Amino acid sequence: MTIPVFEPWNDPEAKPLIQFQNVTKRFGEFTAIDDLTIGIYEKEFFALLGPSGCGKTTMMRMLAGFETPTKGSIYLAGQDMAPVPPNKRATNMMFQSYALFPHLSIWENIAFGLKREGMPKNEINDRVEEMLRLTRLDKFARRKPHQISGGQRQRVALARSLAKHPKLLLLDEPLGALDKKLRQDTQFELMDIQEKTGTTFVIVTHDQEEAMTVASRVAVMDHGKIIQVATPDRIYETPNSVYVADFIGEVNIIDGLATPNGEDSYAIAWKDGQAPLNVKSPNKFSDGQKCHLAIRPEKVTINAEKPTGVDNVVEGKILDIAYLGNISTYHVELPSGVVIKAQAANTRRISRRAFTWEDTVWLSWTATAGVLLAD
Amino acid sequence: MRRFTLIAVPYLWLLALFLVPFVIVLKISLSDVAVARPPYAPHFDWATGIWAFLSELDFENFTWLTEDDLYWKAYLSSLKIAFVSTVLTLLVGYPMAYAMARAPQEWRATLMMLVILPFWTSFLIRVYAWMGILSNEGFLNQFLMWTGMISEPLTILNTNAAVYIGIVYTYLPFMILPIYAALERLDESLIEAAEDLGCSRFTAFWLVTIPLSKTGIVAGSFLVFIPVLGEFVIPSLLGGSDTLMIGKVLWEEFFSNRDWPVASAVAVVLLLILIIPIVLFQRNQQKQQEAEQ
Repeated sequence: MTIPVFEPWNDPEAKPLIQFQNVTKRFGEFTAIDDLTIGIYEKEFFALLGPSGCGKTTMMRMLAGFETPTKGSIYLAGQDMAPVPPNKRATNMMFQSYALFPHLSIWENIAFGLKREGMPKNEINDRVEEMLRLTRLDKFARRKPHQISGGQRQRVALARSLAKHPKLLLLDEPLGALDKKLRQDTQFELMDIQEKTGTTFVIVTHDQEEAMTVASRVAVMDHGKIIQVATPDRIYETPNSVYVADFIGEVNIIDGLATPNGEDSYAIAWKDGQAPLNVKSPNKFSDGQKCHLAIRPEKVTINAEKPTGVDNVVEGKILDIAYLGNISTYHVELPSGVVIKAQAANTRRISRRAFTWEDTVWLSWTATAGVLLAD
Repeated sequence: MRRFTLIAVPYLWLLALFLVPFVIVLKISLSDVAVARPPYAPHFDWATGIWAFLSELDFENFTWLTEDDLYWKAYLSSLKIAFVSTVLTLLVGYPMAYAMARAPQEWRATLMMLVILPFWTSFLIRVYAWMGILSNEGFLNQFLMWTGMISEPLTILNTNAAVYIGIVYTYLPFMILPIYAALERLDESLIEAAEDLGCSRFTAFWLVTIPLSKTGIVAGSFLVFIPVLGEFVIPSLLGGSDTLMIGKVLWEEFFSNRDWPVASAVAVVLLLILIIPIVLFQRNQQKQQEAEQ
């Protein structure tokens, strides 16, 4: 039996639920969103990832209706959203500050949106009870927001925004205020709820781990533009630019000049006196073109003896060791002064660690381990 | 010990400047009028002793307050004027406080200054200025006649309308400041959340902004209601002969009639009436403090 893969973005027939069409948003002189076009599909868990000020929150606020595009249009289920005020949109938002009404109980907070719809009383009761069960808040229904913990408040905010069955749920840094452990638990809870309700989620975050964990697709943003949209694994494994490679996880960037030496194969001249690096890349480079090799530390092997039969090998000295418990990151300084990070799992007890400071080691990686990126 | 001193200072202050004078006034209210200096009797005399002195005190003046309908009418009229002025001040002050709280950050200090600015001139001078504005030949009538809106001057001065104008003008800052404080703390995202959940601008205001500024509204209302109830200067300068307020009655009993005991009884009853809103005000402040914790 094969499990159908959820990737509507590869299906030319699929219609996106949300469509940004050449959207530009300016605040005075400042351009927050710069000519942005993108489609988000139904049932997606879409993450907008980027540093603060990159425009991700502006994008979300335009979806909610709190900002209107300076140019271009946004469509929700084929309908142009420009003239629709926030209170008439089939979207709900979970605010970064949660924005729970302090004068209302948890129950009344969740029922707030339903009452505005004019839903009959017994239906409101049922729906609120259902949301309380979904977010495991049954016991706190009568309390006020200031009488519950941060994690519980976060769940109330989620329940309140889901209560109206929105077509689209917007989450603005939803887990920012939680501590790390709780955040991880809540991430899985969010995915679970998203799956159960089948709602389309758009999440804004600056935490790349969070985006990678929860999202079906991640859009990496910078200066009002989307740099890359792809599934988390593709964002990580095949970033399309140095910016994305650098923003997501740890990476070694080696600058050099490419010389083609076979089909999809290049020799990279990178430092005087060092043998050129062998790299395979589907991206085409011309002779002598400037390029950057992005290679993840965990794809670099660290050896005590010079290995044979490998595509790339360099010699260096251990400068620093970052011990993270399960893994260690070794900062290895090459004779040319370049520092390359290599990661290895700590399969042995720390007292029997194979490498220590000032050891001479050999770093090796395969021709396909890295990604060759243009300037 | 230091803490004790810190607490003792306000209590001593209250004792010296409120409780002791109050006991004196209470004592006078239980005395009888006399052609003497001071104009009441009995006086405490060491020779006859405390019991002889106390036995001469009675509640005659309080009984008198219930017998002459001038007094309860004055109390009722004062309550009515205080209530109506509080509502009017709220209606004028709330939009002003709201606009101030929504103004750009850099303007707020200036706007606040403008609200407080009138306090820099004497209260009495400002009330006299209103006489100049509201009288038949005053600025307001001159202006209205000049624009051609009226042909005959309006009689505003020496009516209740002038009293309301004067009270609303004078007490407006006391209404604006607590409401402004409550509105300024209001998180803008709460309004957005309400709109996001299906509220129009107006329902969001009604269901979120108003309830969350309730403590400010209550505080401001009491800060206006309590002093207006005993107000004397504004009704006597701007009001007419038919403006009946207890502050004015008190003054007349004291200075025109020289009936200190009845005047004191009027003051004691006024204080008893004021205790109710003061207790309610205290409770509001306490609730607000609890909510903030």
